[in-house]
Amino acid sequence: MIKIITDYGGMLFSALGQTLIMALCSLLFACMIGLIFGILSVLKNKPCNAVYRIFVDVVRGVPMIVLAFFVYFGVPMAVNNMFSNAHFTLTALQAGIVCLSLNCGAYMAEIIRAGIQSVDIGQMEACRSLGMTYGQAMRKVVLPQAIKTMIPIIINQFIITLKDTSILSVIGFPELVNTTKNVISVSMDSFGGWACAGIMYLVVITILSYIAKFIERRMNRGR
Amino acid sequence: MAVNYDNVKIHASHLHKCFGKLEVLKDISTDIYEGEVVVVLGPSGCGKSTFLRCINRLEDITGGEMVVDGNHMDDKKIDINKARENIGMVFQHFNLFNNLNVIDNLTLAPIQVKKMKKDEACKLAMSMLKKVGLEEKAEAFPSQLSGGQKQRVAIARALCMNPDIMLFDEPTSALDPEMVGEVLNVMKQLAADGMTMVVVTHEIGFAREVADRVLFFADGYIGEEGTPQEVIYNPKTERAKDFFNKVL
Repeated sequence: MIKIITDYGGMLFSALGQTLIMALCSLLFACMIGLIFGILSVLKNKPCNAVYRIFVDVVRGVPMIVLAFFVYFGVPMAVNNMFSNAHFTLTALQAGIVCLSLNCGAYMAEIIRAGIQSVDIGQMEACRSLGMTYGQAMRKVVLPQAIKTMIPIIINQFIITLKDTSILSVIGFPELVNTTKNVISVSMDSFGGWACAGIMYLVVITILSYIAKFIERRMNRGR
Repeated sequence: MAVNYDNVKIHASHLHKCFGKLEVLKDISTDIYEGEVVVVLGPSGCGKSTFLRCINRLEDITGGEMVVDGNHMDDKKIDINKARENIGMVFQHFNLFNNLNVIDNLTLAPIQVKKMKKDEACKLAMSMLKKVGLEEKAEAFPSQLSGGQKQRVAIARALCMNPDIMLFDEPTSALDPEMVGEVLNVMKQLAADGMTMVVVTHEIGFAREVADRVLFFADGYIGEEGTPQEVIYNPKTERAKDFFNKVL
């Protein structure tokens, strides 16, 4: 195991970096997707609610590995078949970010919907009674309060997304699991390789959960 | 507190409101004049609060007509936000913005809606806080205030929009008994200043002292209306007699 670290440590750490980059980018997009669909879900508008429902049901109802193959292999093929002179390809990173964002975005939308609904309806009514628009009320009063309850859950979702990057090893993205596999195929040390990978995930995720706890305490202490 | 009977502020005619199959307001017609203080009394579930919420269209009416300051509130085409600027509302549960401190609670709507400059809005807010006797709480957060203080801040917040009409939805019902007085005093002051007020309350004393007119709601209708003396002490209908026997 020591030999793995001395010989392949650099490779593994850069793979961890790739994993984090993918997770961070995905989380960013997922937040935007989640916010848009989360708001669609709380609007008093049937078509908007339906769009939200369909998005969440479809994304949650398809295993991520299928989504990954579909985005990485299926979509470029369909595009190239449709336009004969197109040479459309996605890199593994792009395809990975698309599927992680969609997947995490669907869960995020649920988190944001629940967060918004947890804010007392009276807050919105008070805003509206003062002549503020729905949008102003959301931005200035409801969302800031909703976000407070949402942050620990969002960090939890981030941890799940971070772990889900391992699924994207199937499309050949050089994240931690994929790289570990390669390292093991050269070094022949299965125990050391997987132990290293496991410990790396464990350390990062433990740090994240402590940050989550810290933020949660900070927020409860204020007001 | 002279009532100007030439100027109708709130005109409700044959107002009807139902939630699904539940008919809450069946046929409500009344005019409320400039400077008038109208207190709405009645047993729980008789539609008092619903009536109030129809005035600024927090509830859409399902029939009849509601005209406030010349705005047909039931007309989908009017700018409802513009109309609401003029109608302050105070809620039973205060509904102060929990994420903002007192001064930001007061300045939010003037800055967002009236596009007021921040320092101007702060000055206005401080003068309103002074009016309700809470200048020293400007930096406090709602959770640091007592119920009575919260409600006074809520009144100040509504006043910051400089409304013509103030609606009070059971403003003292969620308060400890010892805090009711401070809120009622602020309301009395407002009434003395000539504000048009519609107050839903269970404070018979307040109605007796301040109201120009009392509406007694029962079963979705206005069961009785008149001066506090007439309605509270000489009710004509059985329903009203029964109610005032219990509460007096």
